[in-house]
Amino acid sequence: MPVSLLWAVDVYGRVYSLSTAGQQWEQCHDTQMEFKRVTAAQQCCWGIACDNNIYLNVHASDLPIRYQEETYENQRWNPVDGFSERLLPSDRWQWSDVTGLQHQPMDSFQLPSHSWEWEGDWYADENFEGEPTEKGGWSYAIDFPATYTKDKKWNSCVRRRRWLRYRRYKAMDTWAKIPSQQSSLPDPFSDISCGGWEINEEPRGRLSLWAVSLQGKVWFREGIYHHNPEGCLWEEVPLPGEVVQISCGPGDLVWAVLWEGQLIVREGVGRDCPKGTSWTVVDSPSPGVGAIHVAVGNNVVWALTKDNKVWFRRGVNSHNPCGSGWLNMVGQMIMVNVGLNDQVFAISCEDRAVYFRQGVTSSELSGKTWKAITVPRDRDRSHSSASTNSLQSAGCYFCGEVRTQSVVSDVESDTDKVSTDGASCLVTFTSPESFADAPADLSDQPDETPKPRIPKVTSDSFISELVSDRGPGRAAAGSAAPAVLEEETCISAEGEVKDPCAGVALSPSQSGGPLDPQWSNVDLEEAQAQTGAVLDTAETSSLSSVATYTLAIEDQYVVDEHPLWAWVSGGGCSVDSHSQLSWFNCSLNTSSLIQSVQSMSLSVTPAQTAAWRKQIFEQLSERTKREIDNFRHFEQAIEQSVWVKKGTMQWWRDWKPHKWIDVHFALEQFSGPEGNKDGILFIYYNFCEEKKYLHAFVNEVTILVPVLSDSKHTFAIYTPERTKQRWPIRLAAATELEMHDWLALLSMSCCDSRGIHGPPSKQAIWSITCKGDIFVSEPSPSLEAMPYPTPCDQMFWRQVGGHLRMVECNSVGIVWGIGYDHTAWVYTGGYGGGFFQGLASSTDNIYTQSDVKSVYIYENQRWNPVTGYTNRGLPTDRYMWSDASGLQECSKTNTKPPSPQWTWVSDWAIDYSVSGGTDREGWQYAADFPASYHGYKTMKDFVRRRRWARKCKLTTTGPWQEIPPIPLSDVTILPCGAQSNVDAVPLWAISNKGDVLCRLGVTTLTPAGSSWLHVGTDQPFKSISIGAASQVWAIAKDGSAFYRGSVSSQSPAGDSWYHIPSPSKQKLKQVSVGRTSLYAVDENGNLWYRQGQTPRYPQGSSWEHISNNVRKVSVGPLDQVWIIADKVQGSHSLSCGTVCHRLGVQPMEPKGQSWDYGIGGGWDHITVRGNSIEPPRVHLCPQTDPSVSRSPLPVRNTEFDSNAVES
Amino acid sequence: MADDKDVLRDVWFGRIPTCFTLNQDEVTEREAEPYYLLLPRVSYLTLVTDKVKKHFLKVMKAEDVEEMWFEYEGTPLKWHYPIGVLFDLHASNTVLPWSITVHFKNFPDRDLLHCPSSSIVEAHFMSSIKEADALKHKSQVVNDMQKKDHKQLYRELGLNWYRSADKFDQFWAMNRKLMEYSTEDGGFRYIPFRIYQTMSDRPFIQKLFRPVSPDGNVHTLGDLLKEMDPTALPNDGVVFNIFPPVCLRRSFMSLTLSLCFSLLSSLFRRVSRPR
Repeated sequence: MPVSLLWAVDVYGRVYSLSTAGQQWEQCHDTQMEFKRVTAAQQCCWGIACDNNIYLNVHASDLPIRYQEETYENQRWNPVDGFSERLLPSDRWQWSDVTGLQHQPMDSFQLPSHSWEWEGDWYADENFEGEPTEKGGWSYAIDFPATYTKDKKWNSCVRRRRWLRYRRYKAMDTWAKIPSQQSSLPDPFSDISCGGWEINEEPRGRLSLWAVSLQGKVWFREGIYHHNPEGCLWEEVPLPGEVVQISCGPGDLVWAVLWEGQLIVREGVGRDCPKGTSWTVVDSPSPGVGAIHVAVGNNVVWALTKDNKVWFRRGVNSHNPCGSGWLNMVGQMIMVNVGLNDQVFAISCEDRAVYFRQGVTSSELSGKTWKAITVPRDRDRSHSSASTNSLQSAGCYFCGEVRTQSVVSDVESDTDKVSTDGASCLVTFTSPESFADAPADLSDQPDETPKPRIPKVTSDSFISELVSDRGPGRAAAGSAAPAVLEEETCISAEGEVKDPCAGVALSPSQSGGPLDPQWSNVDLEEAQAQTGAVLDTAETSSLSSVATYTLAIEDQYVVDEHPLWAWVSGGGCSVDSHSQLSWFNCSLNTSSLIQSVQSMSLSVTPAQTAAWRKQIFEQLSERTKREIDNFRHFEQAIEQSVWVKKGTMQWWRDWKPHKWIDVHFALEQFSGPEGNKDGILFIYYNFCEEKKYLHAFVNEVTILVPVLSDSKHTFAIYTPERTKQRWPIRLAAATELEMHDWLALLSMSCCDSRGIHGPPSKQAIWSITCKGDIFVSEPSPSLEAMPYPTPCDQMFWRQVGGHLRMVECNSVGIVWGIGYDHTAWVYTGGYGGGFFQGLASSTDNIYTQSDVKSVYIYENQRWNPVTGYTNRGLPTDRYMWSDASGLQECSKTNTKPPSPQWTWVSDWAIDYSVSGGTDREGWQYAADFPASYHGYKTMKDFVRRRRWARKCKLTTTGPWQEIPPIPLSDVTILPCGAQSNVDAVPLWAISNKGDVLCRLGVTTLTPAGSSWLHVGTDQPFKSISIGAASQVWAIAKDGSAFYRGSVSSQSPAGDSWYHIPSPSKQKLKQVSVGRTSLYAVDENGNLWYRQGQTPRYPQGSSWEHISNNVRKVSVGPLDQVWIIADKVQGSHSLSCGTVCHRLGVQPMEPKGQSWDYGIGGGWDHITVRGNSIEPPRVHLCPQTDPSVSRSPLPVRNTEFDSNAVES
Repeated sequence: MADDKDVLRDVWFGRIPTCFTLNQDEVTEREAEPYYLLLPRVSYLTLVTDKVKKHFLKVMKAEDVEEMWFEYEGTPLKWHYPIGVLFDLHASNTVLPWSITVHFKNFPDRDLLHCPSSSIVEAHFMSSIKEADALKHKSQVVNDMQKKDHKQLYRELGLNWYRSADKFDQFWAMNRKLMEYSTEDGGFRYIPFRIYQTMSDRPFIQKLFRPVSPDGNVHTLGDLLKEMDPTALPNDGVVFNIFPPVCLRRSFMSLTLSLCFSLLSSLFRRVSRPR
């Protein structure tokens, strides 16, 4: 799980964040001022500062926030000047928007705020509907407005071109002031809450931001989305009363508290109306005592009453946002906040500590207990360790440096451990055992030391803080800070506030003074913070000046200075009940120690682990040599034996009528004469009362593949013969466990018989089935041999744990994968995971992996003249709830997750992101079923349908580690020659929003790389591939191809995109570049080869059609071509999604001749980009000498040249 | 890079070349040839010496044969120690092959347990398993297993594996269950182990030893040895660097007695922090 942050404000107004991977509160050093409140989302944090302005802190990302401004330049032809800017009076503006209605000269574009900067100057867009235009970018038409074409015709009277300019949001990782809205904001804000990012499927960045002003009005910030993180303006929301505080959940829940103590719930919040429509009043949980605080999540509402009691609202969900009743919970809190996954954070009124609610799950939303977060703040520690930790929380999570850093901190903690052990015992342990263990002289140390060493300043401020916090005479606000006073005067100048003297004390007086002692705290502390801040600086300077203090003393001193928190926000904090957090049990002294321990148990172990293992291994090898090697001729004490495992299963009968029949299944294993293991599979069945059996030799099995089935636990066994038939042995086990046991055993047996152990080699061929299972095959040298390659139905595939949608690799062993939920994963070098156990799985490098995908069903309706659209169809119609084809009935209740491994994680929801568009309720209309659907109703439409989606989640294990945070849709790694030693391996990717990214710092030692470099494009992309000579090709979402110029090791991101026309009338969807060959697949399943590439003209000249029936292509470092074919006919059956190998590919003939059919169907993806094993030399290609492989491009390209000349 | 599995595989497939010679005092009809065998380190003598017995019985009269036992340089070899332990304890410096003398008479009742059948070995092995499980999981695993498939466990985990010694893969499938622990509980309760010593009256040291120290430190093998016998260790806390290979093996094998690999690998994971 990627690192995320919990935000909090202490009573001095200092903002801190706590990383889910961290062990201490990091002060947000950027803040020049104090904050009252913060509200966080995953990508940003909003806050109200003490100057009453709203500030936004957008977390830095490798993906910049950029916005494309565009304007159109329009020209008309006249006989004198040709095309000129002189337009007819009736024409549009010379500079306009796309419709021509809006006047838009270039200089009318202004940066929205100081947080933005221009990326470059205006330039003309030379792309027109996926086709490159002539220089200048003009498109022509007969008149405005009309159909534009990129070619000038005799009747082209007008032309226009599009100018583009990008602006970039620059205020990352810093608090940027949101420009105040002069006209309509009379009074300052007192509360703020963001959420709503799950209301619709828009990319991350869309937020609902609600704010409460001091006068009790509620405002909604309009227009916050990814490209505009600041939003555009505040809109007032009408209210039934005056509000004190508001809370907005990630979904559609919005609750607020009224001054009078009731709560109001926003109704009608939805996809089209994030602001909601109306308020409903809910009574305070406790009859006599009003509510003062509320916090909402996805499906939960927590509230506090004025007596600090905590309440949980039962029965809240998006259909019933008001819920049904209150439950009193344990604890006394002054504020509570609900974060992601409905996790709850609170600040207790007793000690002002931040508490985390433990045990909150989707089935038990109220959780179990409050647990205090006891990590120290960064200032509380020595500077060195603080920097270590900040590095870690800053996201340098995977890079090598952290490891060395953590070693350093280990050493450090070890040195001070002795002196601080006693103290830590006092703080953390209550068991007598631990006391007994601690030496007596240490355990009494804390009693003696603290008093004289506490700096006087701090203890004073601390005590006065306590006094002001608890004491009744809290009108100390009289000493209001200058900043606040300033605000006051400006308020009174506007004449909106009646009583200028009210000042900061405004809130307590309005809330009814004594009744509401705790609530006003924050504001009072705010005033206090002014003095506190001064002391604070004194204190830090004293700290840093006394560098000679030993660690122990420093720690002693801060143990006493227990942080007092005022506000916490978990909206950006991605934890759930399973998260392993290290926030609770660490005291100041032991935390770094525990950290090191955890790093060990998480098996992200430092190099030492490898060292000692290697040592043992070497010693064992030595032992083997000494004790066994010379005595191999000795007889074994025990003879080898036959070993049988039996079970019962169901078998999909080979003959018609096909059906599942019960069979006995047995695996007989034995050791061959040379000690190699082998076995035979038997399937015993009854046929016409007669016992028969079917068998397969284990060494002939080419793959064991789990099959997608929503009810049975099925898998298929292929042999070369069965692959040819397209008819595997299909078996179903009674339980999932049983199937996994069998698969693990059979797979082990197959690997044994072929002598395959350990992780896949760097040359391995990776593939993925439509179920998301990952398979690898070790290529033999003769796989690419000419003229007689190994038939690819003989390739042996074994499964690797994990779940992916696609995988890409190269020949130095760097492997990346992308999950169905677009999460990026890097291969860790392990093997096994999933259902593999024992020897078939490495113990290191296996991590938990989860994936999420959506299941879709369709609601179908037919129109009739009486009642309009209803769910009563014609008798011939499809099911009213069906799958996409309409053939299968799929109701909300009977639809199961794709396989028993998946579990539902959301409810059914209308899916609006259907191709063709939908109306506001998600309907698509058509004349009849089945037809092409459109997103609006016309007179001819008699049927309509809409798609419902439900998310399901799978959790498994495998040799994969997540690469947060940017979700990807495609990735490619430079295919290097086997012996090349490239330092940084070029790796390119496409984000799921279509941004092109270049990964920096990818090496064989750090395959995850370090950071993304964003490569600007004018449109979203969907596929990318890099060739051995750094040729980068990409496909845009509109189906056009692009070549990236000047990519080299010096300039890893290249300089500019060259638009390459696609094959005529085809939209490309995927591209793959090998050593020199380039292949692309279009949306109609055609495979194209790029002709005429030369070093001087790497873009090539034209597309040549190679084949149809292709879904995906992978071109390897030897220019070998492999595809996933759409349909392949076997002797028994037809398979869809089949791995195929292009035969006859030679340097002189890169297009090859025919296809060889391999494993399938059900395959989704293959990559052969790791296989750089040169086939054994055969006489047929005499010109291939070693120099070819090292410098492939020049040699090859002369050949291409001659080709081009010939053709 | 060497994997845990490579290590385990090497340990499992460890063999000791052995030369069995018949004791001179035995009455034979003709001279008995020595018998050469590769003994699996991870097994018990009585389980793997059927061939030896058969070989020597050929030259002996049936009435001269009593229970077979083994001796090395005057020390009777305890069959209930794993073979690897026996070798490392008594003969680690010997010239290979390991020369073992076979006796059919004068069973040393004071030194050895009788082993009339292989079921005794099985019982002994299972009790070790249970003991280790009690230390690790409060016996939960074994108890749960018995409920499920009582007899099969004995068969598969017990004797069969030891007898055939090459069923490592299948053994692991079963042993995995004994090695599982939830991270929540912070690992095993205690590390099951035994330390065998040659120069001691006590057959072995066995104490309660937690995997993690009270201050949260993960214990290393060095810590364990230090706590058990402070004198036996070199002054520094370093573990593997200074251990000669024999010591290393001895600890391996001593562990294997109580729980074969369960133990072993648990220590593997924990020994990771030389300071």
